[in-house]
Amino acid sequence: MATHHSRIAARAMMAPAVFLLLVWMLVPLILTLYFSTMDYRPLRGIYECCQGFDNYVRFVTSSSFLESILTTLRLVGGVLLITVLGGVLLALLLDQPIWGQGVVRILVIAPFFVMPTVSALVWKNMFMNPVNGLFAHLATALGLQPIDWLAEAPMLSIILIVSWQWLPFATLILLTAVQSLDSEQLEAAEMDGAGALSRFGHIILPHLARAITVVILIQTIFLLSIFAEIFVTTGGAFGTRTLTYLVYQRIIESQNIGLGSAGGIIAVILANIIAIGLMRVVGKNLDA
Amino acid sequence: MGRIILDKVRKAFGETEVIPPLDLTIEDGEFVVFVGPSGCGKSTLLRLIAGLEDVSGGAIRIDGVDATSTPPAQRKLAMVFQSYALYPHMSVRKNIAFPLRMAGMTAEEQDKRVNAAAKVLNLTDYLDRRPGQLSGGQRQRVAIGRAIVREPSAFLFDEPLSNLDAALRVGMRLEISELHKRLATTMIYVTHDQVEAMTMADKIVVLRAGHIEQVGSPLDLYRAPRNTFVAGFIGSPKMNLIGGAEAAKHGATTIGIRPEHLTVTPAGGTWTGRIGVSEHLGSDTFFHVAIDGIADPVTVRAGGEVALHYGDTIHLTPDLAHLHRFDAQGLRIA
Ligand SMILES: Nc1ncnc2c1ncn2[C@@H]1O[C@H](COP(=O)(O)OP(=O)(O)O)[C@@H](O)[C@H]1O
Ligand SMILES: [Mg+2]
Repeated sequence: MATHHSRIAARAMMAPAVFLLLVWMLVPLILTLYFSTMDYRPLRGIYECCQGFDNYVRFVTSSSFLESILTTLRLVGGVLLITVLGGVLLALLLDQPIWGQGVVRILVIAPFFVMPTVSALVWKNMFMNPVNGLFAHLATALGLQPIDWLAEAPMLSIILIVSWQWLPFATLILLTAVQSLDSEQLEAAEMDGAGALSRFGHIILPHLARAITVVILIQTIFLLSIFAEIFVTTGGAFGTRTLTYLVYQRIIESQNIGLGSAGGIIAVILANIIAIGLMRVVGKNLDA
Repeated sequence: MGRIILDKVRKAFGETEVIPPLDLTIEDGEFVVFVGPSGCGKSTLLRLIAGLEDVSGGAIRIDGVDATSTPPAQRKLAMVFQSYALYPHMSVRKNIAFPLRMAGMTAEEQDKRVNAAAKVLNLTDYLDRRPGQLSGGQRQRVAIGRAIVREPSAFLFDEPLSNLDAALRVGMRLEISELHKRLATTMIYVTHDQVEAMTMADKIVVLRAGHIEQVGSPLDLYRAPRNTFVAGFIGSPKMNLIGGAEAAKHGATTIGIRPEHLTVTPAGGTWTGRIGVSEHLGSDTFFHVAIDGIADPVTVRAGGEVALHYGDTIHLTPDLAHLHRFDAQGLRIA
């Protein structure tokens, strides 16, 4: 119910922030666009402008491109699957009245506060190391052959690491959703003859749909730019080179700023397409 | 069938005993109302019968079978919750059909029953809406519909009308009474509103702090309240409870006289007082009269259009046939 006057005031007040954000976004974007049309390889002293779409064509037609897209999808999909399923389960568990609930909840949230690089290093050296890692010790104790996780199942390993980091986020959002469910609804369903599984399927899950949508949307956007975990563990080897990582390699390892910039722009466009598509498909859940 | 017997049923939450051991028999087909002030344990008692809470002691028998540890779904009772507890993501049709679906009924049979219930409850035009698109009264009817399709042996209502406005409440009260007449199924109805209790019940159970204060038909309770609590709780406006010297004259610690059992006369009379607040309802007028020697104002009913005003002096005479006497423990003196 804003009056004409207050709307003008609101716009005037917001203008500086909007302007700042625009500049913040536009300057790097325009620079990247500019570089993407150049043949710019600083180590060789090449700095030639106006190559048109050469860089884009080179980036897209290279064999690594399609592979990196598939890798990205596998990573995002795997993490989403684990975090949503695990998040729902954990949220249901944490909703039960248990002893030491407060401490348990903080513990569950803790991984979210660990920096990606740190957590990747911890996982790599303390858990997944084939000689000294906890998993290796566990396997030996059970009389099994230790697995060299990062070499034998690199994709799975990274998915596990990233899932570990994002599980708290999913759990937290889903827990608040679970807690907002009217307990009388569950009791009504119980009296209506719904067993535990039916209550979950018919009452709890539909109630969680909106929260799950939010989790998927937000996580997808962040997961598309996963970098540190790959850098620290496999360095993009063994089929773990995502689109983000490919762009990094083109710029830093090949020192080809033009080609990398073109890749960056393509990544931005793809991410936007996915985000808009997701909003369309699952965002319907949000406006009821 | 729906004969429910509570045998020394007790409920405690941790240390606090909400329902001390309690005996009650509810006959098949009866409309029983649990009435009492908020927090007296009405909902808890209903939930014990429904099986949503475990008893701390005693036994519940439904139709002669010990149901104390039977899960809620198998007690053949249907409950209508205060919040309605409709499933928000399902259409009205699916809400009503839910118990049938859970019972594994065929789609045709479900449809038949849902349509029949919808017709009874005037919901036919709303079957494809979501609960969120309905008014309070319609939601209430959906909740009732979900209960009746199951053809339960008894209905449990927990303050079903408390979220409705006054006019709708009167309408729904009639509808529920009618439903009871038609189905002739046991109904247990919880309310804190004595008007609902008086108008709907075959049998009223007055509760205070988990204790049963009195059980009886509405008129039993009106005519012969067992103690001062029931006397003050049943009837509207409340019975005048008078202590002190006036009560001593009648050989009691407290006497009770209902506003409708006091006669107003211009002169003479037992008590003389001055009119304070008056409430004009059209059909009746209630005067709050301050009387010398009586601590609280006495409420009296007069005709709808009497020419008496604030500050007027009036004379009251109690109808001795309807005077209630209570002893020091607050119990009725026969
Ligand atoms: N789950 C519970 N845990 C502890 N105390 C409860 C619980 N449910 C109800 N009580 C207590 O039991 C008493 C009776 O509650 P309730 O049956 O809801 O009253 P009413 O429905 O008559 O208003 C209240 O004092 C309430 O605080
Ligand atoms: Mg209650």
